[in-house]
Amino acid sequence: MEIKEILKEILTAHVPSGREPEGSGAVKVLFKNYFDEVRVDKLGNIIGKKKGNEGSFKVMIAAHMDEIGMMVTKIEEKGFIRFAYVGGIDQRILLGQEVLIHGKKIIPGIIGSKPPHLQEPDEKSKALKKEDLFIDTGLSYEKIKEIINVGDFITFKRKPIELMNNHFSSNALDDKAGVAAILCCMEELKKFNFKGEVYGVATVQEEVGLRGAITSTYGIYPDIGIAIDVGHGNIPDLPEEETFKLGKGPAIALGPNIHPKLYEKLKSIAEEYKIPYQIDPNPSYTGTDAWSIQITRAGVPTALISIPLRYMHTTVETLNTEDIKLIGRLIALFIASIDTEFVEGLKCFY
Amino acid sequence: MLLLKKLSEAAGVSGCENEVRNILKEELKEYADFKTDALGNLLFEKKNKGKKPRIMIAAHMDEVGLMITSILKNGFLKFESVGGIDDRILVSKTVTIGPNKIKGVIGAKPIHRQDPKERENALKIKNLYIDIGAKDQEDAEKKVKIGDYACFDTEFEIIGENIVKGKALDDRIGCFVVAELLKRNYEVEICGAFTVQEEIGLRGSGVAVYQLKPDVAIVVEGTFASDVPGTKEEEYNTVLGMGPAVTTMDRSFIANKGMRDRVFEVAKKNNIPCQPRRTNLGGTDGGRIQSIGEGIPTIVISVPTRYIHSPVSMADINDINNTILLINFLILDYQERGI
Amino acid sequence: MKELIKTLTETYGPSGNEEKIRNVIKDLVTPYADEVKVDALGNLIVHKKGSGDKLMLAAHMDEIGIIVTNIDDKGFIRFSSVGGVSPFILLGERVIFENGTIGVIGVEKIDDMKELKMKRLFIDIGASSKEEVMSKVKVGDMATYYRECNFLGKNISAKSLDDRAGCAVLIKALQEVENPKYDLYFVFTTQEEVGTRGAKTSAYSIEPELAIVVDVTICGDTPEGEKIAVDLGKGPAIKIKDMSVLSHPKIKQLLIDTAEKNNIPYQREVLDLGGTDAGSIHLTKEGVPSGGIAIPTRYVHTPSEMVNLDDLENTVKLLLAVIEG
Repeated sequence: MEIKEILKEILTAHVPSGREPEGSGAVKVLFKNYFDEVRVDKLGNIIGKKKGNEGSFKVMIAAHMDEIGMMVTKIEEKGFIRFAYVGGIDQRILLGQEVLIHGKKIIPGIIGSKPPHLQEPDEKSKALKKEDLFIDTGLSYEKIKEIINVGDFITFKRKPIELMNNHFSSNALDDKAGVAAILCCMEELKKFNFKGEVYGVATVQEEVGLRGAITSTYGIYPDIGIAIDVGHGNIPDLPEEETFKLGKGPAIALGPNIHPKLYEKLKSIAEEYKIPYQIDPNPSYTGTDAWSIQITRAGVPTALISIPLRYMHTTVETLNTEDIKLIGRLIALFIASIDTEFVEGLKCFY
Repeated sequence: MLLLKKLSEAAGVSGCENEVRNILKEELKEYADFKTDALGNLLFEKKNKGKKPRIMIAAHMDEVGLMITSILKNGFLKFESVGGIDDRILVSKTVTIGPNKIKGVIGAKPIHRQDPKERENALKIKNLYIDIGAKDQEDAEKKVKIGDYACFDTEFEIIGENIVKGKALDDRIGCFVVAELLKRNYEVEICGAFTVQEEIGLRGSGVAVYQLKPDVAIVVEGTFASDVPGTKEEEYNTVLGMGPAVTTMDRSFIANKGMRDRVFEVAKKNNIPCQPRRTNLGGTDGGRIQSIGEGIPTIVISVPTRYIHSPVSMADINDINNTILLINFLILDYQERGI
Repeated sequence: MKELIKTLTETYGPSGNEEKIRNVIKDLVTPYADEVKVDALGNLIVHKKGSGDKLMLAAHMDEIGIIVTNIDDKGFIRFSSVGGVSPFILLGERVIFENGTIGVIGVEKIDDMKELKMKRLFIDIGASSKEEVMSKVKVGDMATYYRECNFLGKNISAKSLDDRAGCAVLIKALQEVENPKYDLYFVFTTQEEVGTRGAKTSAYSIEPELAIVVDVTICGDTPEGEKIAVDLGKGPAIKIKDMSVLSHPKIKQLLIDTAEKNNIPYQREVLDLGGTDAGSIHLTKEGVPSGGIAIPTRYVHTPSEMVNLDDLENTVKLLLAVIEG
């Protein structure tokens, strides 16, 4: 399995939160290669299932396939398009971006604003707000109205690039890298005998409120839930202790959102099999699917593993592909090492 | 109050409520059947297979605190808050860290060396650090780990006129009240939970209710009393000494008016002082419990507490005792007249 | 429709205290229902049996209001908000309590209007002592805007059109439906304005296969207004997105196709602020494909909200066309 090729394949899906049912075909096809059964639930979560040798406990591995994007709110008389955010967009990255509008056809456009020459000196030092920006497609109002409607999705034009040392850059690696990690895990799992049932879930609508994880977890009702998401990678303007180093392995979370025994088990597996790892102390809200998974129904013991990622929520998100493979291996080894006794012990706190 | 002292001094920051859970289980093991769930809630059922209605009583075990997020090369510890803490109460306090209760201090630049301007600005968490006396990173790592929880180091004492002082009275007071109620016997089915992770989003209670499926829920909290200088009378949420406070509305929950009025009625009938909780700020497990499944009729009753979410909170012993009495009579009223 | 709107908007029903409006609606719907029940959160659930999938239609009964927090010795009442009430909108307003007591909103002396906050306001019911107030109003009581409904040509202005207009649409649809293609649940929900709470428990018990919410949306056609492509009078707005939900493409398309097939004018709603009951419903259990029809409304959350009669009629038309396939 060539991780970079898998990533590029997943990245062909242009799926801002809400567009997953229409746009996730590539992900579904990939899942069919690694799971015995694949189904899509009512909100569009893609759920793959693979049975082990014995035991009826369920392990769910989740990563969100949705990305941040935008949506058309108004088409103005001269043909310029106004938009709203879908998910947490940093408005400072928008000016001068190339975008794609998904109407009856896919139309390219650029995000523009009032030229700098015409701006007051104090205007220029402030970041532009969404209300000052618009998309220019070069088409007339009449032509646009034939192809595009209010409510159509807008994504950033995508061209993944490979940098030095297995570094890889694209937008939407948050969290398609996690989806790739699920597939890496299933690939590794082929080498082992394992017990129980594994459910791999490419969740929807994480970026707008961790929503897909709520309903997919309710439907599966796993005994263990592991969320794979991205965590802030090391850059010059953040203190070292607040970030994870690229290429130094997965960041395993601990804190109230994480079942302490799952954290300990993952850590000991990493040490036993010499998988490099980093520690992610998370004092409360983790902002990931793990947060939704944990309080479903009567509660789910949850773990969270993060892929170090620089420049999150920009069009140049950057990671080290080796980290993705390491996560796949870590989770596969974890699954191969647990049994019914371990799972039942998770409910016991004394 | 010995149980309350043990509870208040126990370490139980959201996510690591072990010490509190163990104390409660040990104290109450002969009065009910206990079990834990995937999040660490301590669920209980009184042993009598009683009649309807099935009443749930609940309080949360967790307190706000800190988590160690990194150990610097020089041996000092960086941390973040768990739950809502006003950054300004942290400086110049002592804490205990981890299961071994390692002592640490949150220090600050002495005023002799500060610019006058510096002293006007509140210190933010990211500028603070904990000193455990370690020589360097390696030395510190012998005693503490990343991810260890820290709580305030406060001794529980009875001071003034019948006032208890200690940390985490929100919601160890609630746990104490529920514990005392559990020691009594009723004809109706009594179940409940000492919940986890209330302070970071009412996380444990929904999961508990999903398993317990009660007909009605009574949540016992320690809510803020703002009857202090600098607050206008109209901003008093509750007043110390005026009895248990009954919630009409907070950010998570609006009480059914009939149910709420019934509590006042029971208080009046039994001569128990009782006050309305006045503001609609804050949230409690009641908010989560009410909207689980098809909905659960819920009541929130709180003991007024000054300075919650700080190292030293205060409550009136009479309020605590009256809260126990009030809920006792409420349960008896439900027993006699249904919900 | 006009009389129905007048009756509904002039009835008291802030979040958590919907009893009065629930009783009014209950009387209007019971003759047309197969089953009517009220759940633990006060939701009014009306079942109209039909073959086919369970379709849940929802509109919220509750309105925004204020809640009494303190009564001082001179008889002035302090309060907090219930739902999204702005202190600026309250200046000079009149409010009414459940028992009919009327009060006016007064304000402390403020030099700079930017400093206006809820806690600088108070209610004056014309009493001169705490005791006099307490014979009529207690801490914890709630009040709503006090305003009558006015007909202005083709438009209607009233308080609480959010979401009594939606309730009116549901009531009309229930009264006029003939051959439903679905097993219908008309739900008049509670506590939407404080967190779409009623919708959670009602959806949980019904377990619908799909859901359509009827609420209001803002308009972009007033001077220097929001840049939203929804105008008053141009037809019901089919919900694409708000902050609590992304409409399921299936439901969105169903509404659009039905509108086009039946020549009903429609608009598209992309709302960048605020949530609706659809937000709670679509995340129930294993998920419910959900969408919404939004009634264009000017001046939302003020006592003078404004809707257009044609929009209301067309919303009913669209809903019936969907229900009857």
